[in-house]
Amino acid sequence: MAGIRPFLTKVIVVLAMTILAETGVNAEETGVPHPVIAKGKGDQCVADTAFMRRNHMRVLDHQRDDTVHAGERAGKFSLKGCLDCHAVEGTDTRPVSFDSPQHFCRTCHDFAAVQVDCFSCHASRPGEKPTARFRHDGGDLTARLREAVK
Amino acid sequence: MTGAQPSNSGRRRFFARAAAAAGLVLAPGVVLLTTKAKAAATGPRWGLLIDLNKCPIDCSECVTACNDENGLKGHGRPLTDAQWIRKVDVRDPASKREWSVPVMCQHCEHPPCVDVCPTGASFQRDDGIVLVDKHICIGCRYCMMACPYKARSFIHEDLTDQKPHAPRGKGTVESCTLCVHRIDAGGQPACVERCQGIATGAMTFGDLNDPDSAIARRVATYATRRIRDDLGLAPGVYYQGL
Repeated sequence: MAGIRPFLTKVIVVLAMTILAETGVNAEETGVPHPVIAKGKGDQCVADTAFMRRNHMRVLDHQRDDTVHAGERAGKFSLKGCLDCHAVEGTDTRPVSFDSPQHFCRTCHDFAAVQVDCFSCHASRPGEKPTARFRHDGGDLTARLREAVK
Repeated sequence: MTGAQPSNSGRRRFFARAAAAAGLVLAPGVVLLTTKAKAAATGPRWGLLIDLNKCPIDCSECVTACNDENGLKGHGRPLTDAQWIRKVDVRDPASKREWSVPVMCQHCEHPPCVDVCPTGASFQRDDGIVLVDKHICIGCRYCMMACPYKARSFIHEDLTDQKPHAPRGKGTVESCTLCVHRIDAGGQPACVERCQGIATGAMTFGDLNDPDSAIARRVATYATRRIRDDLGLAPGVYYQGL
């Protein structure tokens, strides 16, 4: 009995590592499994990674109020910005939606068991760019309006 | 009494200005709240002018453009499906004349939906656009009761595939945003663009505060009406030929 226990422990550890490796979770030096986070486009995020990990929800919240109420859309902490850079391509070459466990937000949030409510209203993947016909063109608009009332 | 009035109002203006500049001062150097002075007097006031003489009864391009732009998809249930613009057919029994009036959120200067909102979700931007902050909306639908134009819709069901620029979700009220994402980018609403592009050009969008803008000049030149102007809400949507 005393001889079989270390053996069982080894088997369990090997099994656990195999399962973790297959589900894409790294056992780092600390022994704590970390989620595999897809790398975003470009060299670096709009802010320091450590800062973003800790504060993304606060900066997003703050900027959303500025955008909705004051129409300030130039800020760097936009949800659309996150999704544009961190889109993860699915099997059909379209970026995956929040329904997929590969979605950038989900990889961490599933791991931390923190619910994300953003995507019940917000699009969870980048949209198609506006077509040429329906593009915003403020300068052209004024000219066209002037022409219309002549 | 009449002599005291001007100096009194002058003093009030002084206090109002001082309060606006300083906010609520608790102690020297300790400020609880600073309020930004409202830019409405000098900034733009966006509005629409719809020439009903040019608006055919059988055309609904503005509605289609709105649905495309904002990702509105019906469930085949007209009573509860979201609609940001609808065409209302009206008929004058005396003259037998028939119109079709596009009715959307009228972006009132004194919006009753904002007055009744218990959470502050329904609000008016400085440029006059009336919006719902869906982060705060609890879906009570008081604003839908208050709106005399039936402009708002409640979302009853889970939605998918929303447009990135037009977040919409179950349990909140929504209405025409005057395509605020386009306006902030220097554009004009999708309905106006479609109307001028491939329909009859009945719709004009612009700044009512700018006397040189096309819309302000037309409103100043032609006879226009606003729907239920007697209510004193001062809508931002003008109709020509109503």
